[in-house]
Amino acid sequence: MTEIKIREITYLEAVREAMSQEMRQNEDVFILGEDIGVYGGAFGVTRGMIEEFGPERVRNTPISEAAIAGGAVGAALTGMRPILELQFSDFITIAMDQLVNQAAKTRYMFGGKGKVPMVVRTPAGSGTGAAAQHSQSLEAWMAHIPGLKVVQPSNAYDAKGLLKAAMDDDNPVIFYEHKLLYRTQCNVPEEQYSIPLGKADIKREGKDVTIVATAIMVHKTLEAATELEKEGIDVEIIDPRTIVPLDEEAIIESVKKTGRLIVVHEAVKRGGFGGEIASMIAESEAFDYLDSPIKRLGGLAVPIPYNPTLEKAVVPQVPDIIEAVKETVRFK
Amino acid sequence: MLSTMKLPSHITEKKLKSLYKEMWLIRYFDEKVDQFFAKGMIHGTTHLCVGQEASASGSIGVLQAKDKIISTHRGHGHCIAKEGDVNKMMAELFGRVTGYCKGKGGSMHIADVEKGNLGANGIVGGGIPLAVGAALTSKMKNQGYVVLCFFGDGASNEGSFHEALNLAAIWDLPVVFICENNQYGMSGPVKEMTRIENIAERASAYGIPGKVVDGNDMIEIMNTVHEAVEKAREGNGPALIEMKTYRWKGHSKSDAKKYRTREEETEWRKKDGIKRFKDLLIEEKILSEEEANKLQEEAKKEIEEAVKFAENSPEPPLESLLEDVYA
Ligand SMILES: Cc1ncc(C[n+]2csc(CCOP(=O)(O)OP(=O)(O)O)c2C)c(N)n1
Repeated sequence: MTEIKIREITYLEAVREAMSQEMRQNEDVFILGEDIGVYGGAFGVTRGMIEEFGPERVRNTPISEAAIAGGAVGAALTGMRPILELQFSDFITIAMDQLVNQAAKTRYMFGGKGKVPMVVRTPAGSGTGAAAQHSQSLEAWMAHIPGLKVVQPSNAYDAKGLLKAAMDDDNPVIFYEHKLLYRTQCNVPEEQYSIPLGKADIKREGKDVTIVATAIMVHKTLEAATELEKEGIDVEIIDPRTIVPLDEEAIIESVKKTGRLIVVHEAVKRGGFGGEIASMIAESEAFDYLDSPIKRLGGLAVPIPYNPTLEKAVVPQVPDIIEAVKETVRFK
Repeated sequence: MLSTMKLPSHITEKKLKSLYKEMWLIRYFDEKVDQFFAKGMIHGTTHLCVGQEASASGSIGVLQAKDKIISTHRGHGHCIAKEGDVNKMMAELFGRVTGYCKGKGGSMHIADVEKGNLGANGIVGGGIPLAVGAALTSKMKNQGYVVLCFFGDGASNEGSFHEALNLAAIWDLPVVFICENNQYGMSGPVKEMTRIENIAERASAYGIPGKVVDGNDMIEIMNTVHEAVEKAREGNGPALIEMKTYRWKGHSKSDAKKYRTREEETEWRKKDGIKRFKDLLIEEKILSEEEANKLQEEAKKEIEEAVKFAENSPEPPLESLLEDVYA
């Protein structure tokens, strides 16, 4: 048996390691983005990579999100496998035409000719005091577009494995990295491994209520579950890891078992992806098993404020989750 | 005396003195913010304009009160120059309810619409089209104001810059585009991010005048901006002015400044716009050394007062969270 080396590394290091290992093996893979060279990217994810791979493959770009996203599409269509780092996921809006009208549509419009294997990596979420234009969670927008895949890793292990799968995928993949997770650590194998897109992870088994949580909300939900356990409430937590494709079966099976569903995400609740998960359950055979109404917890419909107290109050916190669970299980 | 300096004639000695003090206000404000950041007393992110005082004070100094500005993520100087209240600014950075944005905007989103400051912007290049729209209002309603639109060298590579300049040009709008070329967009040296020597050359692609000025020379700035603003006011359309300057500090707090050298920083510090302005005012006998020191002291005190004001201000109430999403 080969020995598998496991050590604790951060989410940020896991992302960097996944890219570096892939770039060592595959010449077609390169990264482009603003300040990813000597600066190492706004969050330090690519730090040290230009030293190893050089400026051709760790390619600093001007501040031109539309051009670099479109450039990535063109490069992907002609045989490269670009990874685009967008400094903040909010700036996806500037690259929107290239991602929505070009990247996502190209293959289908061409009748299955050509492919666009690219990964857009970008930090999302609030909690850093960066205010309204640097703190959004816009994943539902991307999930709405056929032709794009959407990944939201919640820990370092998943980040590494999912990024490998994203880089191997022949389609455009939007890879959301939560800013507050960058410094979190967990056990991660040194060697390359892949976590298939579309495979949920059951973070905690339980029998009373299913919570589907994404990104940072996975951690808050786990914390809530530990509290609720003391009161005899047994929560099952599912992290879909990728919202496109979505592991519908895992969620349906879980709801059939617990009879209750709560969806928790940071993005604004209105029009958020939680609505999709709730509807999916309402349309499935699991609907007959429901013992209480489905609940969604999401961000308030306000831009993210600067003041730290207000900022926290916008998105679901552990006590909100605890309360939602109690309300749900109380329902007979 | 003023004529030997070739200053725009409407600039009075009194105004020159107040601009000198204002430059110190800007410097002390951002130096304080820098300190508080390091101490963790201000959160989030800020971008300081230490070293770039002349482009803010000189450009905005020639405007009339009715004129408007659009700023950038590096906007503290612009805000102060457009008669910004340093108390409200500091309170905003502290996230207090007495701040310009009631604690909801922070450094990157300060606006003072009544004073004609249409806001800082967290999106690089995001404000440039807004300036075009504000100038359109002036033209359509015949209001006679001009819009000064600030952005960085980095922003001039965004599509929004090119689309906005073209639109302003074909509609002959009263807007003057000010590119504050501080040599870097975050870590990207302007030399590597564009193939042209001067960003002002881009003006010719849109059929408008483009001019390069020494961004640390108050007189050159005031003369050039004054001319462009008055032309725009008379209906002759937009212009692009590039200010060659330098930001003394890093891009923001995450910056290890690995992309530039200490020698380069030292060279630029020698070109300090405040010192040059002071020397000139003394040489021209508009200011005495003592007066200059007094103005500098006053500025320092005002900033210290602003800190006290901010510290003593309350946090925004939780109920305010849902306010102001819609008008
Ligand atoms: C659309 C967009 N892309 C990237 C960023 C991140 N960012 C903020 S400031 C900055 C550099 C801007 O450079 P420049 O326009 O030259 O202005 P300066 O900071 O030098 O004043 C970058 C890349 C952003 N805020 N918005």
